[in-house]
Amino acid sequence: MSQPRTLLDKLWDTHEVTRNADGASLLWVDRHFVHEGSHHAFAKLAQRQQGVAAPDLTFGVVDHYAPTQGQGAARLMRASAEVRRMIEQLEANCANHNITCYGLDDPRQGIVHVIGPELGLTLPGLSINCGDSHTSTHGAFGALAFGIGATQVAHVLATQTVWQTRPASLRIRVDGALGPGVGAKDLALGWIAKLGADGARGHAIEYAGPVVESLSMEARMTLCNLSIEGGARFGMIAPDATTRDYVQGRAHAPDGTAWEQALAAWDDLHTDADARFDREVVIDGSEIAPVVTWGISPDQALPVTADLPAGDSDQTRAALDYMGLSSGRPLAGTPVDRVFIGSCTNARIEDLRAAAAVLSGRQARVPGMVSPGSSQIKAQAEQEGLDRIFAQAGLEWVASGCSMCVGMNGDLVAAGERCASTTNRNFRGRQGPGARTHLMSPAMVAAAAVTGEITDVRPMLKGRI
Amino acid sequence: MAGWSNHTGTAVVLPRENVDTDQIIPARFMATPRSEGYGPFLFHDLRDEGFPTMRVPGAEVLVAGRNFGCGSSREAAVYALVDAGIRAVIAPSFGDIFAGNAVNNGLLPARVDDCTAVTLVSALGTGQADLTLDIPSRRIMLGDLELSFELPDPAATKLINGWDDIDLTRAHAEQIESYRASREATAQWVWPRAG
Repeated sequence: MSQPRTLLDKLWDTHEVTRNADGASLLWVDRHFVHEGSHHAFAKLAQRQQGVAAPDLTFGVVDHYAPTQGQGAARLMRASAEVRRMIEQLEANCANHNITCYGLDDPRQGIVHVIGPELGLTLPGLSINCGDSHTSTHGAFGALAFGIGATQVAHVLATQTVWQTRPASLRIRVDGALGPGVGAKDLALGWIAKLGADGARGHAIEYAGPVVESLSMEARMTLCNLSIEGGARFGMIAPDATTRDYVQGRAHAPDGTAWEQALAAWDDLHTDADARFDREVVIDGSEIAPVVTWGISPDQALPVTADLPAGDSDQTRAALDYMGLSSGRPLAGTPVDRVFIGSCTNARIEDLRAAAAVLSGRQARVPGMVSPGSSQIKAQAEQEGLDRIFAQAGLEWVASGCSMCVGMNGDLVAAGERCASTTNRNFRGRQGPGARTHLMSPAMVAAAAVTGEITDVRPMLKGRI
Repeated sequence: MAGWSNHTGTAVVLPRENVDTDQIIPARFMATPRSEGYGPFLFHDLRDEGFPTMRVPGAEVLVAGRNFGCGSSREAAVYALVDAGIRAVIAPSFGDIFAGNAVNNGLLPARVDDCTAVTLVSALGTGQADLTLDIPSRRIMLGDLELSFELPDPAATKLINGWDDIDLTRAHAEQIESYRASREATAQWVWPRAG
């Protein structure tokens, strides 16, 4: 009998072309996504006069620098000359190498980690790379997905393979059930606060247990997306009926006999009963309250019901100081200056519905922006009337891109301003020099918009969910 | 990229944990072609805080707090350090993606245990001193101190030889081709359906 294996082992073994004596594996890459930031890698290829090994497995999308003002291709007119050059350079690089590219004029354009799954390019059992740390998102489908740097992007373009050493394995099992108004974002920020921003460094996380199994694909993507904020380059969830239902019928997903073949291959994509993990963590989902970050690292997070920490270390004092907060005060009630709903973490249709459920019939006290994760999600949200709910509440409904998550194209939080944000990083200056970011779920951001301060959303959901 | 095994350079302490890649280089500078040099962008938005790299322009080794280089996969963070003359960062831990990017650009991410980190920080204080790093023996020499660091074997090999991965991988071209052929034959569903 063969050794019991983890999901990580199975995915790794399937994709390993060869292994060096020093332990580095050469992995085959089933999908490679590139974006404007990939210009360094294309420049490296050009220097070597090197072609792209598998343009049929490579997809380009404009997201990091996509202007969010205006519609379609006309958005380009809103961009600075430098941003325009970045976008045009990606489109030219893709055209030169016969790579499909979803540009600003394409109705399928959106954030790479949103459109990959949406278009059925992301599938269980694939190995997926992109020059972006949130590539772990695709692990929600039971894929081996990890972010890489520019040198590795160039390597994947040139060879369709990547060198990587197998990480250690960590299973995070979530028991119990999440309460109303509590979701994947709270779960993710909760474990990161518990284990630390480098708590899962060197590990691939498999999320498991009843709570994880009950999550929708959108929620699973949020959970896997944030793996990197706890130090893990990989996050993954074994595919199940929820996964198959999401994938089936999508534009590029297999159909007919290929679909049957895929289902057979996916059947084995789970951790064997007796397989051992290098580390195991168990969390009780019933104990999780909505979580909000208070500091400048994603692990500086607390339940919304908690008080700010005592300034008993240099790190804590520096974080409180940057954030303009006083130790010991309640986190709830902290006034915010603006809100942002968007990013690869929390801008899928379910996220927009969750925010709209809170905002419906209510007014935002502070300005804010809603940027859907993709142009298709934008269209769907408009069909469902969500855009009108946001507009009536006083929030700006804009086009899809990374936007205020990285402070692009003037989508900035001003110095000293405090932003309630559905994004993934509360780093100093991430949303603009001097910006103060509080990460939280879409429902919690909506609640902060309505009250103008950090607020427990749960009482506001009565009769709404 | 030139390989290296041993280097002596001026070391300074950067007494912070979780120095993320957004702090190392803010996203707005990343449209710049590498040929123009990324050194001027290093810690750009933190300059008024008297960062040691500003105070000691010739510094080549940074001794930093845990989780250095966490966050975004931007290799530009490594370019900024390398172009500013940094050869090695010593810290109790690194962001995984950053550490890989560093090695791909000849920058040594030397991981030390907490005790070694404390020793180095107290030896250097707010000053500066010459420090030697030896990759094959994983040793750090600072005055009378002789300490050790950790570095995985594949990273050491790459730093010492200065190898280019694309060239190395060419040696495996046949294996890659046969993998591809077998994947196409046994898992046609992997290839995206023309949608």
